[in-house]
Amino acid sequence: MLRDITLGQYYRADSVLHRLDPRVKLVATFMFIISLFIVKNFIGYIIAALFLVTGIALSKVPPKFIFRGMKAIFFLLFITMLFNLFLTPGKELVSFWKITITYEGIKMAVMMAIRLVFLITGSSLMTLTTTPNNLTDGLESLLRPLKAIRVPVHEISMMMSIALRFIPILMEETDKIMKAQMARGADFESGSIIKRAKSLVPLLVPLFISAFRRANDLAMAMEARCYRGGDGRTKMKPLIYAKTDYMAYAAIVLYLVLIVVFGRILF
Amino acid sequence: MAIILDHVNYIYDEDTAMAHAALIDVCLNIPDGQFVGLIGHTGSGKSTLVQHLNGLEKPTSGCVFYDGKDINDSDYDKKSLRAKVGLVFQYPEHQLFETDCFKDVCFGPKNLGLPQKEIELRAYEALKQVGFDDEYFYQSPFDLSGGQKRRVAIAGVLAMKPEVLILDEPTAGLDPKGREDILNLISKLHQEMGITIILVSHSMDDVADYVQRIIVMNKGRVAFDGAPKEVFSHYKELEAIGLAAPQVTYVMQELKSAGFAVNTDATTLEEAKNEILKAFGKC
Amino acid sequence: MIRTENLVFEYIRRDEEGNVEGITRAVDGVNLDIKPGQFIAILGHNGSGKSTLAKHFNALLYPTEGEVFVDGMNTEDDDNLWNIRQEAGMVFQNPDNQIIGQVVEEDVGFGPENMGVPTKEIWERVEESLNTVGMLQFRKSSPNHLSGGQKQRVSIAGVIAMHPKCIIFDEPTAMLDPNGRKEVIRAARALNDVEKITIILITHYMEEVIYADKVFVMDKGHIEMSGTPREIFSQVDKLKELRLGVPQVTLLAHELKKSGLPIKDGILTKEEFVQELKRIKGI
Repeated sequence: MLRDITLGQYYRADSVLHRLDPRVKLVATFMFIISLFIVKNFIGYIIAALFLVTGIALSKVPPKFIFRGMKAIFFLLFITMLFNLFLTPGKELVSFWKITITYEGIKMAVMMAIRLVFLITGSSLMTLTTTPNNLTDGLESLLRPLKAIRVPVHEISMMMSIALRFIPILMEETDKIMKAQMARGADFESGSIIKRAKSLVPLLVPLFISAFRRANDLAMAMEARCYRGGDGRTKMKPLIYAKTDYMAYAAIVLYLVLIVVFGRILF
Repeated sequence: MAIILDHVNYIYDEDTAMAHAALIDVCLNIPDGQFVGLIGHTGSGKSTLVQHLNGLEKPTSGCVFYDGKDINDSDYDKKSLRAKVGLVFQYPEHQLFETDCFKDVCFGPKNLGLPQKEIELRAYEALKQVGFDDEYFYQSPFDLSGGQKRRVAIAGVLAMKPEVLILDEPTAGLDPKGREDILNLISKLHQEMGITIILVSHSMDDVADYVQRIIVMNKGRVAFDGAPKEVFSHYKELEAIGLAAPQVTYVMQELKSAGFAVNTDATTLEEAKNEILKAFGKC
Repeated sequence: MIRTENLVFEYIRRDEEGNVEGITRAVDGVNLDIKPGQFIAILGHNGSGKSTLAKHFNALLYPTEGEVFVDGMNTEDDDNLWNIRQEAGMVFQNPDNQIIGQVVEEDVGFGPENMGVPTKEIWERVEESLNTVGMLQFRKSSPNHLSGGQKQRVSIAGVIAMHPKCIIFDEPTAMLDPNGRKEVIRAARALNDVEKITIILITHYMEEVIYADKVFVMDKGHIEMSGTPREIFSQVDKLKELRLGVPQVTLLAHELKKSGLPIKDGILTKEEFVQELKRIKGI
């Protein structure tokens, strides 16, 4: 199950999308998410879908890989749809027992599902085509103005990039610890909620101890390599906008105009 | 209570881009009471293999039999299997979690649903079997040295009274003396309790002196399977798959090609010494 | 290159409430003088103080008593801190816990970035360092997909990119399999031979130190033995007393000598061993 989460994983390939400046991709993802909530009709969603499909095609990431991430959110998606389907008031279509399905309910459920799928696909596309380091660099650069009000932007971005680096390692470790305890007869799957919560103790204690040890080791390794915060630091990969980046910004603006006009104003 | 693997295949991450075969057509028969060394380098499939023996992993195809029964049958009691086939993982840090060593060793028997008195008796007995001093019983397992931690981890599995004890790289990260101590302990457990022992390692030197049989894994397949002497006679093939035979094997080979009248199937220091002394007419 | 004068390091043990339980002297009066270009090995069992000592060499720890000089700079002088850490790089034990970058080349660039090296030069240094350790073809890979030995070579490249005069290897092979161990030791030796970088290798694997110019053996925080590998390994019994092993062929030679063969002390390789037996036999 844990392996299915593609959000936050990088897919190595050489594509236009991979080469784009992370700031462009961050802005684009942000704008795309906003656009999903602006849209009021299906034409708008078609435009959003076209935008997304173009992105996927340009990224050279196999669609299978992107949609594998859906498995992890399938349950969430299902619940959201159910809620919308049954709890939206409006014109009655079918009714049985205490449940009523309305026309508005179906429309709402489908819209929510599309929104959620698009949102996850869009954000995975960004993380799949951007190395986490690149991503945090982009974030650091976009948030730099906040430094004036004493937000530790460099430290936050460093923390994020370290967290991202250690997520796969800690996941693998979780798997190993689970197996080691299962070999001693531990049972993580059955029993009441309280019993299950208790059964996590033998998993969480070794995991936390290991995480602290890793943190300690890493801090030492970073210090040994002259790390002393963001001041006086140069960048191996400084962010410089290229021509394609400006073109991408133009594309985003165009997309936003289209979506506002066709997805909200005209129809 | 033999373990039999019948044409076991295991594909890791099946149905994904990263799918690869971790075990390919593995057939093995491990009889009761044998002391087996399972050798292979990282990624050879040896760790995956042992996880099939207590049902932590399920073969993609093929069967694993314990005591004549297929352990992956839907009505097979996996929990009692894990008590019978005890598996100690590589790093004790992955299993130690309680506030003191004694409580930690109690975890296994407690999961078996035994009465409190029996649990404590077993924990005490297990800690004694691994030669753990009474004075450390109520100490936190996290304050112990690497070798002591490993003893507690082994005791934690022994307390379930397994019929088969599998140890995954029990000597990793220990210093030479610590390694020797743990290996002697395992050998002692085999002799005194008569249980089957499967020792997983990447070091031939570690196992050569102790085991009765060596199984060499390479790229998911069983490459060699036999008595240590027999396996080490393939030292050139072993070299090719990145595993070295014990240093004495090479020494004996070179002595022979240099014209000494020595028997090359000596695998332990003692045997090599006697062979060389014989060649010099000293005994 | 590195000089210590009467180095003592003590730390205070505390119980769970933070009360002082006692003081442990991890390093006890060590005097060392390591010359530029040397390949030094420091041996010792777990807990002998060797890693604590190593952390003084690049100002990760400071002496309780005595002084440490790196290239003439006192490590206690704050003004020297970053120069010392640049000149004396360090490779640690756990390959996972020292790689910061998500991509190999970004990790190698981490040190130079911290030092404020201009972008263009960082790229040159990264390329050159990865090339030195033979990892250039993996520059775009994720470290999570590399083997242990490869990860350690990336860590070495990360240190080389800072252009150090000296590299301290703190048990770099303890968590690796035999193949990985060979890779790392080969890289360390090449740095010493070709780049003339001073190497300090801390380990408990005897086979890794036979090429060192000088070996120090630590026990209970002080230096118990020092000399060339041959001098050290001719004292088999003393090494065993210090919880250390010796290479199998050295041990074999030692045993044969005890049985009456006139073999010289301190045999290190199997070639030497065969030569020596030939000499005795007169062929």
